[in-house]
Amino acid sequence: MRETAQTIALTVNDIPVTVAPGATVAAAILIAGEPTRRSATGEPRGPLCGMGICFECRATIDGIAHQRSCQILCTTGMKVRTG
Amino acid sequence: MSDLWDVVVAGAGIVGAACALECVSRGLKTAIVERGGIGGGATAAGMGHIVVMDDSPAQMALTLYSQTLWRELSSRLPANVEYEQCGTLWVASDEEEMREVHRKSDVYASAGVRTEILDIHSLAEAEPNLRQPLTGALLVPSDAVLYPPCAAGFLIAEALQLGARLYTPRKMLSAVDGRALLDDGTELRAAHIVIASGVDATQLIPELPIRKRKGHLAITDRYLGFVRHQLVELGYLKSAHSSTADSVAFNVQPRRTGQILIGSSRQYNAEGSEVNHKILAAMIERAQSYLPEIGGLSTIRVWTGFRAATPDKLPLIGSWPEDQSLILATGHEGLGITTSLGTARLLADYVCGAKTEIPIEPYLPGRFARMAAHA
Repeated sequence: MRETAQTIALTVNDIPVTVAPGATVAAAILIAGEPTRRSATGEPRGPLCGMGICFECRATIDGIAHQRSCQILCTTGMKVRTG
Repeated sequence: MSDLWDVVVAGAGIVGAACALECVSRGLKTAIVERGGIGGGATAAGMGHIVVMDDSPAQMALTLYSQTLWRELSSRLPANVEYEQCGTLWVASDEEEMREVHRKSDVYASAGVRTEILDIHSLAEAEPNLRQPLTGALLVPSDAVLYPPCAAGFLIAEALQLGARLYTPRKMLSAVDGRALLDDGTELRAAHIVIASGVDATQLIPELPIRKRKGHLAITDRYLGFVRHQLVELGYLKSAHSSTADSVAFNVQPRRTGQILIGSSRQYNAEGSEVNHKILAAMIERAQSYLPEIGGLSTIRVWTGFRAATPDKLPLIGSWPEDQSLILATGHEGLGITTSLGTARLLADYVCGAKTEIPIEPYLPGRFARMAAHA
């Protein structure tokens, strides 16, 4: 999907992703096909509750670690790192 | 039903676990009684800093002896114990504290402990997230950290493998004259009953000179590399010494996972386990005054625990004068994780009538009986 007035372009682990306005960062991470984080023993994790309770969707967003990606909306140029 | 044992240990915290393992290793028929989980209580609440402290010559002797034993054991510790020799940095914020760095360095050197004095620049390099500038620090590279509940679990597992028996979940209701009564009616008879139940020791011996000293800890999410050493302010001893007022001190620890433990607080006369938000706020502000960025990290859990404090800051190791069948191993205040292994060696030597490797006299409970007699 090319960026238009109705889409937002960002990167997830340097992978370009475009989403519709109102999409959460968790959604962008799913589109990129990346896990959100890794457990202490290295297992990949993804969003579980989607409502900010389970903390499984934590990711580094614009340099700030451990943000709950299901509670944050995508903005243009956002840089997301996971794992 | 009545069983005959050489040693029955009350409490499977780190001190009781270490004592049980040491006793069973020497061929003593050993049982352990634990009312809750293994490595619960103060063991689960503490930081797990294996630290040499120079508060008094006796404290230095026991912490140094014990730290050496941990180092010897470290290659056998399972990965979940997370033993890491990260060293301690005693941080000086002014010239007065810097003089303390030099004094401390001399004391450690005379005990054979290698230290390094860091100046303003090498400290900034060693810990970039500390506020700039701080005057300097004393690095004690031999200090370590570990995860205490798993360390206690390992010691208990070793003891059981050597034939010790664990009674759990069983509470010891009384211990008198070589007879321990458990809450299911079992009576264990033993030559020695080791009381290693921290602050709960006063439930078995109400007149023990032990007071609960409450502490708070917070733990953050994983931020690998945010701090690299156990960081303690030199004013820490002032806080630890104060015997009346509530106090907080800067004391943070990096975990192997990248999590950061934030401490510390000390309170007497605080009996409830609830989090005191005023104390917690003061503790976090103290940490933030040394690590300005720490306020931006996510804290995932806060909890409290109770240290078993004695009037002279030294543990009680040895028989209780009023009942020679009771052998105390409590009163370690904030140093139980460090001194557990040394305590266990001293106690087992004492029980077996063997010569101890360091003098046991400073820790014998009889010192308080003498104090009471002279009062």
